[in-house]
Amino acid sequence: MTAATAAPATPGDNTAPGENTAPGESTAHDDHGPSTGISNTKLAMWLFLGSECLLFGGLISTYLLYKTRRGPDNRAIPTDVFDIPFTSISSFVLLMSSLTMVLALSALTRGDNHGARVWLLATSMLGGVFIGGQVYEFTSFLREGVGFTNNPASSAFYALTGFHGVHVSLGIVMLMSLFVASWQGKLRPEHSETVEIVGLYWHFVDVVWIFIFTVIYLVPA
Amino acid sequence: MTITEKPVTEGPLELESGREAIAERPLGVLTRPQGGRGWRDWLSTVDHKKIGIMYGVSAMVFFVVGGVEALLIRLQLAVPNGGVLSADVYNQVFTMHGVTMVFLFIMPLAAAFANYLIPLQIGARDVAFPRLNALSYWIWLSGAIFLNSSWIVGGGGADCGWFCYSPNSGLTFSPSHGVDFYAIGLLIAGIASLVSAINLIVTCLNMRAPGMDLFRMPVLTWMLLITQFLLLFALPVITVALFLLMFDRLFDASFFNPDMGADPLLWQHLFWIFGHPEVYIIVLPAFGVVSEVIPTFSRKPIFGYTFMVFSGIAIGFMGWGVWAHHMFVSGIGPISVAAFSLSTMFIAVPTGVKVLNWMATMWGGQIRFTTAMLFAVGTVAMFTIGGLSGVTHAIAPADTQQTDTYYIVAHFHYVIFGGGVLGLIGGLYFWWPKIFGYMLNERRGKINFWSMLIGFNLTFGPMHILGLQGMSRRIDTYSAGFGFEFWNMVATVGSFIIALSVLVLFHNVWKSKREAADLPPPGPDPWDARSLEWMIPSPVPEHNFDEVPTVDGLDEWWHRKYGFDDNGKVVQIATVEEAAQDGSAKGVHLPAPSFWPLVLAVGLPLIGYGLIFNLWLCVPGGLLVGMGIFAWALEPVDDPDASHDHHDDDHDDDGDGDADDAELAAAAPVAPGDSSALAAAAPAVPGEGGA
Repeated sequence: MTAATAAPATPGDNTAPGENTAPGESTAHDDHGPSTGISNTKLAMWLFLGSECLLFGGLISTYLLYKTRRGPDNRAIPTDVFDIPFTSISSFVLLMSSLTMVLALSALTRGDNHGARVWLLATSMLGGVFIGGQVYEFTSFLREGVGFTNNPASSAFYALTGFHGVHVSLGIVMLMSLFVASWQGKLRPEHSETVEIVGLYWHFVDVVWIFIFTVIYLVPA
Repeated sequence: MTITEKPVTEGPLELESGREAIAERPLGVLTRPQGGRGWRDWLSTVDHKKIGIMYGVSAMVFFVVGGVEALLIRLQLAVPNGGVLSADVYNQVFTMHGVTMVFLFIMPLAAAFANYLIPLQIGARDVAFPRLNALSYWIWLSGAIFLNSSWIVGGGGADCGWFCYSPNSGLTFSPSHGVDFYAIGLLIAGIASLVSAINLIVTCLNMRAPGMDLFRMPVLTWMLLITQFLLLFALPVITVALFLLMFDRLFDASFFNPDMGADPLLWQHLFWIFGHPEVYIIVLPAFGVVSEVIPTFSRKPIFGYTFMVFSGIAIGFMGWGVWAHHMFVSGIGPISVAAFSLSTMFIAVPTGVKVLNWMATMWGGQIRFTTAMLFAVGTVAMFTIGGLSGVTHAIAPADTQQTDTYYIVAHFHYVIFGGGVLGLIGGLYFWWPKIFGYMLNERRGKINFWSMLIGFNLTFGPMHILGLQGMSRRIDTYSAGFGFEFWNMVATVGSFIIALSVLVLFHNVWKSKREAADLPPPGPDPWDARSLEWMIPSPVPEHNFDEVPTVDGLDEWWHRKYGFDDNGKVVQIATVEEAAQDGSAKGVHLPAPSFWPLVLAVGLPLIGYGLIFNLWLCVPGGLLVGMGIFAWALEPVDDPDASHDHHDDDHDDDGDGDADDAELAAAAPVAPGDSSALAAAAPAVPGEGGA
């Protein structure tokens, strides 16, 4: 692998957009940098997150439409059995993981590899606690007779929170990959943009949860 | 451009000063394929041009599949009480005809143009993420094959119509696995389009040559960019709808089943919030093609470039506010109907602007009616007819009469076939010499055009009349005596004329190739065209541009050939040979090929079969996907041993990887979703001396 390969991960390498360079100056090189000044990978992640907004938008709309529909047999719906204090705590845990994510990025940019590793691990563990809470919540719902197939309300509830849970889990996989890379000494300050991009995803998943939590647990039926 | 066998130390391929040259093999990672020749090269290629060609070829295969389905429909309806197909099979055939033509023919054909032309038109060496580009193609192909495999293993095709309304899509009315294949197949194809949309948007925004401002991009690139934005935001909505449909059918959820208290209108909304932007996803690329072809053959710049671009953007925005005009009879209430009527009338305005601008471009021009130009003008005319019948749907009381009649079928075929397909076929004639290095014969091309135009109008024109007479769409047969007989027979005859015309196209491709040996090569610029792709040799060399051009204005290539004399008259200032690049650059560092996109794509349909038949099948599928993602992230972004271009003998890894290409590949592992983190694992770099 050539030296040039490290370049995209280096912040500052992308700050010289080639767009308005004087003719003749930048033509000497192909590497005139991204035209927007935002690196390709980061721009791609922003676009992906834009698309994700519509995905969760569709699922949240579905839940809003169905939240009180008990079906012909009048079976239980999630709002009958949910435990707001419990979910509030796990929501708080998830929100705190955004803080540790920021700390991980900050540590890595400062060159504090050990700190970055600790905070990456902390972030994924907080995410893990949230997922654990969700698994507990789902099982207790099932015990209390609110299954996926009960009625439109419960189908919509499991689809919405399930999709979010899958997103958090994938985020944990990403964080753990970064952690392992850091453990092997491969994650260095020049890769901070990679951590930043994973951080974008992670913050997005957190922000979406704020909406979901509000819609499901806080807005009265 | 200096011609050297090894990377030069000056000129466009220079190693950035101070950057160290390191030639160490990365530790603990997989090697990358070398490219090679023949079919293996195609399986592992990440070259946007080859991927574009593969999209095009696959699209034409599915054009034939969808076309055969269309002919079956027309045979069935040729005479009253037709007996070619049973009612059940008829439902499957018209559903699969629609799905195939929309998702497996027009969209990938547009993707072929987007892949091939966007990097060339903006002066780039490749797309932003070459491996993701290969991934898009392979995933799309696996989804397409998966969808069509339901004919064999799923007990028949989907039978719910292409928009698959509930409750027709439910288990009660569609007990075979067809709809399951529809849902999962389109989900898989949707992943491909989403990845491709992100990739191409980043390419348009970030990979432009120096001086190529956004408002110097050719109109085609602009229209394709808008299309990608529409895909980016429309696909997640259909993804939700398809997931919910799949949950309903395979896991007993209740999202669309009215018996369980669900609302079938939810599907209609989700589908059409995707479905109406989809209409523009289909026609905007063709608008872009027309906007390149008409100025070239009128020898004039496009009239009102900025207006043209902004009306495209306006269509992109307004396309989101008209979806419910598909649902005027669904009971959405008078206020919704009124609002969506108005917005539907308004969206005709930017479209009308485009039509007028095309005509103004031709006005006073030195028009050459080549085949490509004929197709472009035909597109404008046919789309205008389709657009006008579309405005009649905006008037809700009239639409109430027309809904689910053949009038609708006539309308959307004028828009999609007349607007989309004719335009894209014109694009084939226009760019064929650029892509394959030989011209398609003009005489056969004109036969192709006129037979297609006549066949098209014979097929779909009478459907307006049939619809107004009250013939409903999707009925498998009709009785004699309603007055439907004559026009149905005309439509059937017309459809076979279209089929003949398509055969003429295929014959033209084959015959022209054979004749090309005796003809002079077309050269870089056979049409005296205007945009950057015409300044490089035909067919395009693997590295695209010898030297990335610096752009000074719109129609850059034209202005390199022509200037103005003192009287303001156009004079030639350089011949094509003088101004064009000769494709002789060596040592251009290109992204290395990879097999992992293909591996990843093979896993997805396995998961699909698993969901439908036996969940255990998901295990190998999931393993393949996971392996593909991890191997992707762990393979070196560029193989230091890879040959650098044209598979030449350049093996002296002196670190000539210009950051551009290295960045292309380095960036590639960040797939949307879970693989982005794995990119971090990719820098398994023992000696990165960069920073």
